[in-house]
Amino acid sequence: MLPAQAPGAYTGGANVIAVLILLAEFGMFRQALLRDQIRLYMAQSGLISVLAVIVGAARHLPELYVLAGLAAALKVVAIPLLLRRLLRGTDLAEGPAGGADIAGSGGLSLASTILVAIVVAAFGFFAAGALGIRAVAAPVTALSVSVSVVLVAFVVMIHRRDVASQAIGLFSLENGISLAALVLAAGLPLILEVALLFDLLVAVVVFGLLIRLHHLTGLRQGRAESLSTADLTSLRG
Amino acid sequence: MIVIAVLLLTLPVAAALAALVAGARTAQAVTAAAGIATFGLVIALVPAASRRDLSFGTFIRIDALSVVFLLATSFLYAAVSVYCIGYLRGGHDGESFSRYARRFSLGLNLFAWSMLAAPMMSNLALLWVAIEVTTVISALLVAIEGTDGSTEAAWKYILIASAGLSIALLGTIFMYYAGAQVLGQHYNLAFAPLLQVAHQLPHTAVRLAFVLAVLGFGTKVGLFPVHTWLPDAHSEAPTPVSALLSGSLLAVSFYAILRYYQVAAGTLGPRFPRDVLLVFGVASLLIAALYLLDQRDYKRLLAYSSVEHMGILAIGVSFGAPVALAGVLLHVLAHAAAKGNAFMGAGVLVRKFGSKQISSVRGGLDLLPWSGPLFLAAILALSAMPPFGIFRSEFEIVAGGLAASRNVAAVILVVGVTVAFFGLSLATNRMLLSPRATRAAAASRGGPEGRPTGPAPLTRGEPSAWMVLPVVVGLAALLMLGLHPPGELTGLMARAVTQLGGPA
Repeated sequence: MLPAQAPGAYTGGANVIAVLILLAEFGMFRQALLRDQIRLYMAQSGLISVLAVIVGAARHLPELYVLAGLAAALKVVAIPLLLRRLLRGTDLAEGPAGGADIAGSGGLSLASTILVAIVVAAFGFFAAGALGIRAVAAPVTALSVSVSVVLVAFVVMIHRRDVASQAIGLFSLENGISLAALVLAAGLPLILEVALLFDLLVAVVVFGLLIRLHHLTGLRQGRAESLSTADLTSLRG
Repeated sequence: MIVIAVLLLTLPVAAALAALVAGARTAQAVTAAAGIATFGLVIALVPAASRRDLSFGTFIRIDALSVVFLLATSFLYAAVSVYCIGYLRGGHDGESFSRYARRFSLGLNLFAWSMLAAPMMSNLALLWVAIEVTTVISALLVAIEGTDGSTEAAWKYILIASAGLSIALLGTIFMYYAGAQVLGQHYNLAFAPLLQVAHQLPHTAVRLAFVLAVLGFGTKVGLFPVHTWLPDAHSEAPTPVSALLSGSLLAVSFYAILRYYQVAAGTLGPRFPRDVLLVFGVASLLIAALYLLDQRDYKRLLAYSSVEHMGILAIGVSFGAPVALAGVLLHVLAHAAAKGNAFMGAGVLVRKFGSKQISSVRGGLDLLPWSGPLFLAAILALSAMPPFGIFRSEFEIVAGGLAASRNVAAVILVVGVTVAFFGLSLATNRMLLSPRATRAAAASRGGPEGRPTGPAPLTRGEPSAWMVLPVVVGLAALLMLGLHPPGELTGLMARAVTQLGGPA
């Protein structure tokens, strides 16, 4: 068997960034505070923009620079600001009160959940690798990693039991899809990318409004943790 | 024609703006006018769309298939906007009424706008964007009452539907990848060129894109096992919103699946996409039929009936025979009219009895001289009784299944529909036909002195004529679809069937 060829600077750099994005997703498990989770989301989004610039430079797609700038402005600046503003005054934004409690879903311990996430991530990585998709803008390994990110984001959303970190889990899922889009759809016209970003902005605003509403309902019911999902059990059957 | 397309995309927005600046009454009147005008505009599109595909600019494209879904959406938009005039009056007073009614009209118009925009998009990425916009606007409408239940339902809805749509976005990206392999890196995901080169697309990517799209958009269609948001949102939303959710939102998401089906059938041959839809359809139909047997809340009952009907649509497409596809398209229209009627009738029951529990509604046929019989007719129509439209469409679907030698699936379909009929009619019988609690009965349940403890007995009468009128129109539409669909509509559906059936 021939020794594997060392990847070039471009492939290597892109793969490293993809793996960092996956690590940021895993980091979401351990952040009990919303503030830290938002920070992690900002870092993850920033990495996506950096990768977009790299892909744009290597593949001569100048549109990707614009996209990277817009995505950074939206996901690193606007969305975190918006979330912080909407969440001001809720228990998660303030401090550690109840912070230990929000992290777990109660079904599985944090350690077991992370084991599950690792298994899921490995499954996604190898399943995407087995598809045999070739000849695309960014290295194919990054595509496999992006599928892992999407799957791990689902585990994050399942694991969390407060509405705000579920929402951030969903936004980080969208980051995973952005990563996949960089690999598979780097040439997608800018206007469509802008439409997708605008849509994300609208979704974030609505998520924020619903989180606020949830918070007010929680206060009305006299719940200690107004963002907890523990009481969302009245509708069934 | 371009005027019609532009008006379709601007009228609801204009009505939404009117709701922002004008008073509550004006907002409602403008909304009703916009709804009715929209329906008229879509009807005006029918003759042209049944002859050729219309495309305007880069991003708008209307073909026969789109017009079928536009018809369903605009019909319900018109019906619901008239219905709301009566519905909103009953719930709130004075200052809070004005605030609530304006916010409600704003949301309703934007919701209708996003659902009208989705089938007009020429581009799979914009189709996805439009459907995501329907999600966020309708989630706000579900939460608009601000009760504990509606907050919970809205949260579950937006989280599950957005997660599902993320999967659909992944499918869209794979579809772009497949298209870019043939059409070049600067391909813009437009639908028509993709369909033209469908036979050259790489198989793995298209297969993946189709399954991801069925799962993702299927979340919004309400296919089992990703339907779990649906009963909550439908039961907790204000009833006019439930009617729109069930009759048009689910259908519009199904439209997205049909677009992916067209491409997938062109690339992979019809076998694989049909099998996928068959599995989802049969599972949805059977699960929903069983849930229908044991419901205590009549709005949840209607919600599960929607899951059942979406399962029927998926099964109908999986049969693939032209007569089954014609049945599917007719089913989209008839289901919109019937489910709209059923929810609007349920809204009258909610106003009259002040409860969504089946056990608190008794003697509906006595107390509601118009809405009682109309609700009964809507339930019979939903259970595919002749002479209503759903009877005709389900008949065609089953006939198509037998023609395509999918005998087992056709039998399952008939059994599932029968079980669903049983569940629906049992609950409806209890609500409408069983005698209402009389004064004497109330007294016997009273305190030790024999005083009645419950509220005063209800008197016979309708809450509002506005809440009856659209239901009568809906019933007329159901009868028309069942007895004799007009020639233009048949021509439109015939063209849409050729488009769906593809070369195979």
